[in-house]
Amino acid sequence: MSQRTSFRQRVTTNPEVVERFGDLHPPFDRQAAVPEANRCLYCFDAPCTTACPTHIDVPRFIKKIASGNLAGSARTILDANILGASCARACPVEVLCEGACVMHRYNKQPIEIARLQRFAMDSLHESGAPLPFEPGAETGLSVALIGAGPASLACAAELRRRGIRAHLYDVRPLPGGLNTYGVAEYKLPLVESLREIEMLSQLGVEFHFETMIDAAALAELERKHNAVFLGIGLGAIHRLGIVGEQLSGVTNALDLIAGYKSGALTKVPERVAVVGAGNTAIDAAIAAVRLGSTDVHIVYRRGPEQMSAFAFEYEHAKNEGVKFLWHVQPIRIHGDKTVERMELTKLVAIEDGSIVPQPGSEFSLEVDLIVLSIGQGTHAGFLAESGGKNAKVELERGRILIDRATGQTSNPKFFAGGDCTNGGREVVDAVADGKRAGIGIAAWLEVQHVQA
Amino acid sequence: MSKPKPTLETTFCGIPCLNPFWLASAPPTNCGEQIMRAFDAGWGGAVWKTIGVPITNVSSRYSSIDWEGRRMMGFNNIELISDRPTEVNLREIAEVKRSYPKHVVIASLMVESKRETWHDMVQRAEDAGADGLELNFGCPHGMSERGMGSAVGQVPEYCEQITRWVKEKARTPVIVKLTPNISDIRIPARAAKRGGADALSAINTINSITSIDLDTFQPSPNVDGKSSHGGYCGPAVKPIALNMVQQIQADPASALPLSGIGGIGSWRDAAEFILLGCGTVQVCTAAMHYGFRIVEDMQDGLLAWMAEKGFATIEEFRGLSLPNVLEWKQLNLNYQVVARIHEDLCIGCQLCYTACWDGAHQCIHLDRTSPTPDTTRTPAMVEAEAARRISATPIPKLDAGGMGRSSAVTPLERIPRVDEHHCVGCNLCSLVCPVENCITMERIDNGLPFESWEERTAKGLVPPGAQEVMSTNT
Repeated sequence: MSQRTSFRQRVTTNPEVVERFGDLHPPFDRQAAVPEANRCLYCFDAPCTTACPTHIDVPRFIKKIASGNLAGSARTILDANILGASCARACPVEVLCEGACVMHRYNKQPIEIARLQRFAMDSLHESGAPLPFEPGAETGLSVALIGAGPASLACAAELRRRGIRAHLYDVRPLPGGLNTYGVAEYKLPLVESLREIEMLSQLGVEFHFETMIDAAALAELERKHNAVFLGIGLGAIHRLGIVGEQLSGVTNALDLIAGYKSGALTKVPERVAVVGAGNTAIDAAIAAVRLGSTDVHIVYRRGPEQMSAFAFEYEHAKNEGVKFLWHVQPIRIHGDKTVERMELTKLVAIEDGSIVPQPGSEFSLEVDLIVLSIGQGTHAGFLAESGGKNAKVELERGRILIDRATGQTSNPKFFAGGDCTNGGREVVDAVADGKRAGIGIAAWLEVQHVQA
Repeated sequence: MSKPKPTLETTFCGIPCLNPFWLASAPPTNCGEQIMRAFDAGWGGAVWKTIGVPITNVSSRYSSIDWEGRRMMGFNNIELISDRPTEVNLREIAEVKRSYPKHVVIASLMVESKRETWHDMVQRAEDAGADGLELNFGCPHGMSERGMGSAVGQVPEYCEQITRWVKEKARTPVIVKLTPNISDIRIPARAAKRGGADALSAINTINSITSIDLDTFQPSPNVDGKSSHGGYCGPAVKPIALNMVQQIQADPASALPLSGIGGIGSWRDAAEFILLGCGTVQVCTAAMHYGFRIVEDMQDGLLAWMAEKGFATIEEFRGLSLPNVLEWKQLNLNYQVVARIHEDLCIGCQLCYTACWDGAHQCIHLDRTSPTPDTTRTPAMVEAEAARRISATPIPKLDAGGMGRSSAVTPLERIPRVDEHHCVGCNLCSLVCPVENCITMERIDNGLPFESWEERTAKGLVPPGAQEVMSTNT
């Protein structure tokens, strides 16, 4: 598909969404960035770099900010992480680089690595300079990448820098996967994701949008290309499997987030219940608040100590006015055509550790919208032929098994990375997987090429 | 027995001072109104902005060096002496002395090198009521091109001659302000002493070009695209000033009451200058940066320190550190210290490790978790290992093991180890370490008696050739 129009020109974010979803972490200006950069101790073999899945050389890019070498700073970031701009905004740095900062042991605030990284990347974008890398000399080799999310984009960048053609196939009309459609707008605005991908495309990546790859299409791609990278992410959000779930007014967190980010959804009703307590559930609940809901509950079958959301996300949700109902489970949704109320039961732990409904504890929550966020399934099914016996690649509970260092699957021509291999982690993990796979593919192809 | 309450009152070459904190001759002492406000803020004295034949200044006069986000660590000016008519300055001196009889007003003077001109200026300044005179033989820019300022200070004969002319006339103490822009500060100091100076003040500013604009290629301060060398001062010059102060005080032919100048901004700086023999201190840059109010803590802090140390007066600790500055050849060669890393304080930044490998003697190692000490692993090998590690975002609950590692405790593998047998005791690691007291330099008792290079050479224990090198170096 032709790629001449700018991705950003194809979308306009609703101004009301822009206003309601202002930056969670406002950008640094130069006068604030430089002293913060100078605060960095410049650790040797820095723990922040080790903690970053893509191993960005953090002290190096920070010292370049301090010295005023902003182009060099951005290049240092991009060299390790081609999606360094979105990671600067979307990464849960509290548990990654900033969490590893030695300043924690010094009774001092960790260095604000994410904001410094954003400062360097914003400076590069504002300077209008091109991506500081050139595609490698053409090798005549090509790779098909299924999915155009962070893993595939990172893989494609590595391939292009080595002169290998990269064809990305995605069912959506825009690239970026969850980076474009799934990260809360106050962390990473959709247009920023597209701006970054546009820059990456300077390496000469070929996108094929609105293209569904089924088993037959995959076989065709396998024949036409020298290798295949699977960056297919996860599948649909699970359903509760209870009466009333088919009613209008039951949606899921990913649809809600993609809806408001792409401008299709600008308003939600007053009373909202989000089922589940992961990071995505928190994003959905906060989105509901920002989109006008006055009464937002998160309902979760366990307690706060078991929820999978990061502690800082939980705090953020509480600050936004989200209320939490712990140890409860929806049992039925009532309504005439649309949702009116959700019936729940309390849960108790029994001796063997499992949790069961507590008889007689049923109660109702009046809601206008129910947002499900109870984990995603996988959609690696198309990889399996005749009921999984002759799977293209080896799977384990729906996840594609890979060699972590190279991304190679059980089928040597197939590589994979991102959520479809790790069960759903962060953008930066997908980038790291894609990067390792891109290098892995190039190394494998080189061996194949020499042998051929 | 309780010590008497300490006092800052002191006497400097016969001039009684409420405290040793004076404003140096500079923009903060440009006019009487400023000086009276400074006295209200607590300054004990002020050296008037140098009086002479009024000059015309350029527009754009100062520039500075910022250091890692802090402003004005070094300060530069190309401003000349007072641009106000002499009679205005003298009239204001009289007004200030009338209103503040107990505060010290020193008239800084600079006129052309003629006996009568100096005599005339001395007379007028003293008639106005100045408590003393400071001869500006130090200004390094502009005035020196006209044969004044450092053009005098750099030539011992001129320095001595003009001091003598001034002394012929002066009834109040004469302080000669020295320029640091010479090869040996003792030469002009001795000349001033020979000329009869009652006291010295040091240092004046150091010749400098602070910076070049990388877009315009022009130096700063920018005067219509051009600049000229200026005088450098501020915190950055303090070590240079302390050294010169010590050189003067340790030389009997130079030693006189000394007013210390150069990078003083706090009571700590002041105490250091006094410990090296200064009777008063003069401040400019810090007052230009933060205002006259800084003197409150200078007084408060110095008094508290004096009380803690049991000093009742400035004189009781003045010069106490002078005997501790020796020539290198007199230092104990058998004194030995080694670095010790206190694991409980270490935050694991490993700056000591990289500093010792690249900047010192390769005796700090990252081998605490190795089965045996490994002194062969280079920094490059350590970094290569780290680059191969695969890490992922921890998911709470799922990755309890990885996530649970508290960032409050430094992992053992990140705490460097000092190979004490090879440590030369250079201090570098303890200087780069960001945590106070985490790396201490501990004395090793090697059982050897005191022995200096001087003694060793006297005993003839020096390897052939070394004697010659030693004599050329001294």
